[in-house]
Amino acid sequence: MVAGEASGEVLRLDEPLSFWGGLDPTTGRIIDRRHPQVGESVADRVLVMPSGKGSSGGSSVLCEAVRAGTGPRAVLMAEPDEIIALGAVVADELYGRLVPVVVLAEGIDGLHTGDRCTVSGQTVSAYSARRS
Amino acid sequence: MLRLDERDAARLAGEEGPAVALAMRVVTRVAEAMEAERLLDIVGAHIDSCLFTGMASLDFAGRLADDGARVSVPTTLNVSSLDLLHPELSRGDAEEVRLSRRLMDRFEEMGCRPTWTCAPYQLEERPGFGEHVAWAESNAIVFANSVLGARTHRWGDFIDLCCAITGRAPAAGLHLDANRLATTVVRLNGVSDELLDRDVLYPVLGGLIGPLVGKAVPVIVGLPDGVSEDRLKALGAAAASTGSVGLFHVAGSTPEAPTLDAALGGRAPVAEFEVGPEDLRAARDRLSTTDDDRLRTVSLGTPHYSVGQFGRLVEVLGDRRIHDGVNVYASTGRDVLREVELRGWADRLVDAGVQMVVDTCTYFTSIIEDTSGTSMTDSAKWAYYAPGNLGVEVVFGSIEDCVESAVAGRVVRDEGLWTRV
Repeated sequence: MVAGEASGEVLRLDEPLSFWGGLDPTTGRIIDRRHPQVGESVADRVLVMPSGKGSSGGSSVLCEAVRAGTGPRAVLMAEPDEIIALGAVVADELYGRLVPVVVLAEGIDGLHTGDRCTVSGQTVSAYSARRS
Repeated sequence: MLRLDERDAARLAGEEGPAVALAMRVVTRVAEAMEAERLLDIVGAHIDSCLFTGMASLDFAGRLADDGARVSVPTTLNVSSLDLLHPELSRGDAEEVRLSRRLMDRFEEMGCRPTWTCAPYQLEERPGFGEHVAWAESNAIVFANSVLGARTHRWGDFIDLCCAITGRAPAAGLHLDANRLATTVVRLNGVSDELLDRDVLYPVLGGLIGPLVGKAVPVIVGLPDGVSEDRLKALGAAAASTGSVGLFHVAGSTPEAPTLDAALGGRAPVAEFEVGPEDLRAARDRLSTTDDDRLRTVSLGTPHYSVGQFGRLVEVLGDRRIHDGVNVYASTGRDVLREVELRGWADRLVDAGVQMVVDTCTYFTSIIEDTSGTSMTDSAKWAYYAPGNLGVEVVFGSIEDCVESAVAGRVVRDEGLWTRV
């Protein structure tokens, strides 16, 4: 959805996340108490999740997290989410920091927390932490 | 491949100044991300970006306002972080209050109406059937699409303002006929007539449907014909918070669903779900985070209460008073508050101990006096977000449960409603 370059360690979410009300942009931590990964930090991670959800304020929260340096390096999803793409577009326009947002046609099952992952354009390659 | 008309291309190239060019860039980049083929005209916008979420909010609105941006279509504003009529309620950090106020001013400078409500569909003018608008705020989006039959995609912060400035939106998502048909059927089965007749069913059903259907467009079967706007509002707000529902149909109630078949466009559904009394009871239970009955706070009005919902509150409360040590907040828009004042209800409620809140809402601002005990709400959306945003423990109940509890000073709920058949 938003092409760019990034690499980092994967944080894989088991359920969709609403960034607004679900992520604290001052810390980069997940605050949705009903989310299985509550308490985890997205900062400098390659965030992998089934999809976005919920609030239309998610774009502001992603943009603010990128500004504050607590945002993810890239967002990979199984389904498109315009609110997340929008946050990445505006962070690029305002601060010149591009967080790629990519929908994986093959889904996200192959990606696990701790994997090393590189995004280049719309292409994603990952190296499993478990194999190494 | 996105094709721009001559004027769009000129604006993108900067011929109408840097603000319009930036707005156009955001609209076209999102259009490309959605693989839209064109942009379309909108007749109005509702903006969520006026809620302060950090300096990025102010950086974006400030850049556009500094460059002289003006909205080109009638534009309403969502809740902000402040209650300008009751500023003494704010317990927030002084610097954040100043920045929030500054953000509100910037949107007014650009020609937006200072409506400060998350329920723009309760204002006098609202979009008509089939009209394209660019609305943000998830509960407003789902109401516009489902109840009014107007058309907006699930637009988020920033593009709401960019659409309002350019008068254009990507021709994609829920703006297009093909994406408005239901693909999923949710069928109620075995739900008691008593529960079907109660307001509390609707937020619970919405909270159940959100995670069940995700981004799909559901059609709900098995509700009585002609479900009221307030009930559809509660259902939509819950489904949009717990999932990504931007449009739902209710067979026999919503404008694009005179029948089940019409809602499906004559196609077979991709998925069907049955919902029974046990599912509803479990969904209700998931909305609460505690069984501690020491009540400190009751929060009503998420989304902003309508005149009708205030009428129900007045009726249930009668001439009783709120128990000492319990704070009851009722959030609404200024227009509704004016009407509630004219009817003499506002004075009655305030005398009984209810605190009116306007322009903002209690699930993200520092208004609640005591976040230590149990908070109660009749809103699935409040129950969903407040524990994360404020660190409160919440019990969800009907408006009747909330009032009885506020009067008693401890949590009291009618459990029988969920077990009687």
